[in-house]
Amino acid sequence: MSADAAPVHARGLVKRYDDVTAVAGVDLTVQAGDVYGYLGPNGAGKTTVLRMLLGLIRPTAGEARLFGRDPLVDGARALEGVAGFVEEPRFYPYLTGRKNLELLAALDGHGAQGRIGEALDIVEMTDRQNHKVGGYSHGMRQRLGVAAALLRKPKLLLLDEPATGLDPAGMRDMRALVARLSSEGTTVLLSSHLMPEVEELCNRVAIVRAGRIVYEGDLISLRARAGGHWRLRTTGDDEALRVLRAQRGLTAVEREADTPSAAGALRFEGDEAAVAALSVALVESGVGLLELTPVRATLEDVFFTLTEDAAEEPAPPPTTAADDAGALAA
Amino acid sequence: MPTLRTVYAWELRKLMAQKRTYLGLGIAVLVPLIFAIALLLQSGQPEDVAFGRYVRQSGLAIPPVLLIFGSIWLFPLIAALVAGDIVAAEDHNGTLKTILTRSTDRSRIFVAKALAASTYAFVALAAMGIVALIAGVAVSGLHPLVTLSGTTVSSGRGLLLIVASLLVYMMPLLGIVAIALLLSVVTHNSAAAVVGALMISLILQLVTILPGLGALQPYLLTTQFNAWQGFLRTPVDYSPVVRAAWVCTLYAVPALGVAFTSFVRRDVTGG
Repeated sequence: MSADAAPVHARGLVKRYDDVTAVAGVDLTVQAGDVYGYLGPNGAGKTTVLRMLLGLIRPTAGEARLFGRDPLVDGARALEGVAGFVEEPRFYPYLTGRKNLELLAALDGHGAQGRIGEALDIVEMTDRQNHKVGGYSHGMRQRLGVAAALLRKPKLLLLDEPATGLDPAGMRDMRALVARLSSEGTTVLLSSHLMPEVEELCNRVAIVRAGRIVYEGDLISLRARAGGHWRLRTTGDDEALRVLRAQRGLTAVEREADTPSAAGALRFEGDEAAVAALSVALVESGVGLLELTPVRATLEDVFFTLTEDAAEEPAPPPTTAADDAGALAA
Repeated sequence: MPTLRTVYAWELRKLMAQKRTYLGLGIAVLVPLIFAIALLLQSGQPEDVAFGRYVRQSGLAIPPVLLIFGSIWLFPLIAALVAGDIVAAEDHNGTLKTILTRSTDRSRIFVAKALAASTYAFVALAAMGIVALIAGVAVSGLHPLVTLSGTTVSSGRGLLLIVASLLVYMMPLLGIVAIALLLSVVTHNSAAAVVGALMISLILQLVTILPGLGALQPYLLTTQFNAWQGFLRTPVDYSPVVRAAWVCTLYAVPALGVAFTSFVRRDVTGG
């Protein structure tokens, strides 16, 4: 394992099954310390990319490296410090949860056997450790999957839809665990189609559709790309409207009518410097401020914009890691 | 990285935790017991099979009779039952991705699985041999054995020859294991692999009775199930044993080679 190499570095990954292209040239770089969200609708090729990263399937073209090592060249050595699961974690149904972990720890070596108890504690499966996995619920298998990953003391954790099928408490616990591991220095690559999950956990995202990455960058830039507006309520909207229209750098000024849940307000777009100048101008005009708030587009809005357009448009060429954060290929 | 021994030990532990393992072993143990009980309850003996006429004279004659009966489908089935399942079951359970994302190379996992399937075939054969000897001795006593040449060998030497025969019998059985393992890897389906291996075994036996194909008989895998009989001649005839060694190798090595290559290169998409 190279100390300087990125935890995940993939270039030009392509996977074709006969005439179906599941992954159409993905470039992906996950830096140490990232909690990286890999977002896309079902069938977008997320799991296929994770399988290629883990060496489970061979790319038709391109290469994937984990900490500088190619799983297809270096075999199991490329997975040192790497753990996780793709799709639902699967275990031997005729063995108990603990026996399954003992088996996997034996395949890991490096003292993994000694971490079984702790891993079971972390995922709160100690009470069910001696029950056969065949009788486990989906959520329990998911927890056991995380425990199996923790045995490896991972520096990089690859999780494929980790909260899928979990009840709300299970989802909360899973997210808390990922946040905790991240705070302890574990790099996380998380595939998901759940926006709240990604918004809560991730600092960087790639959005994939039809096997291609259509956005790669940080969440702040992603939201900025999506745009947003400001909402203004004052003691004198007519005067405020005049000030707004006279202020430089503000556009799309209009009135919003009252709604059942919110009072009517003025709406406009502009950058923070222009808004700061507006607030001063309003006060100087004797208009009192009741509310001046930015209204951001949610990540979900952006996601749908990026991924649903694809159904009507041909897929664009993939972005590369060198692209500016926030660059939209669409 | 864990040693091959560790991975092999876990393959055995997994086998021991599965019901199908005991199905094959149970059959291997039950068949000689049923045979011995039948001898106790009925008069007469199987006259039309080698050693059959001597089963009441010496318990040592019972294992050879069962080896002859077992070569038709019993032992191929027992061997295929585990070898055909050992990779396909991982596909079915989706656990192949689980074990292939740990710190063990695919090649080591394949070798461990091949060794575990071979071990199972050996244990099943040994179990049948031991139970057949014990049951045979209990029913007919430990007496000198009449060989295929009509001569008689002492019970001690007879016992030694039976053990040697069981070891030679393992050679074609390992060939069946290799074919079942190959089918297990390429079909991803336990039933297809088990039935496929058994069908291949039966078809090879069918070839021997088809007109005009008799010349192929010495080179068929299933013919080698009779190679052990060279030990029970006077003097001992080693030629069928030697031929069995290379014929079985010719079947097993390519099958294992293709299975290995396929296993280490295949895409793991299930689970």
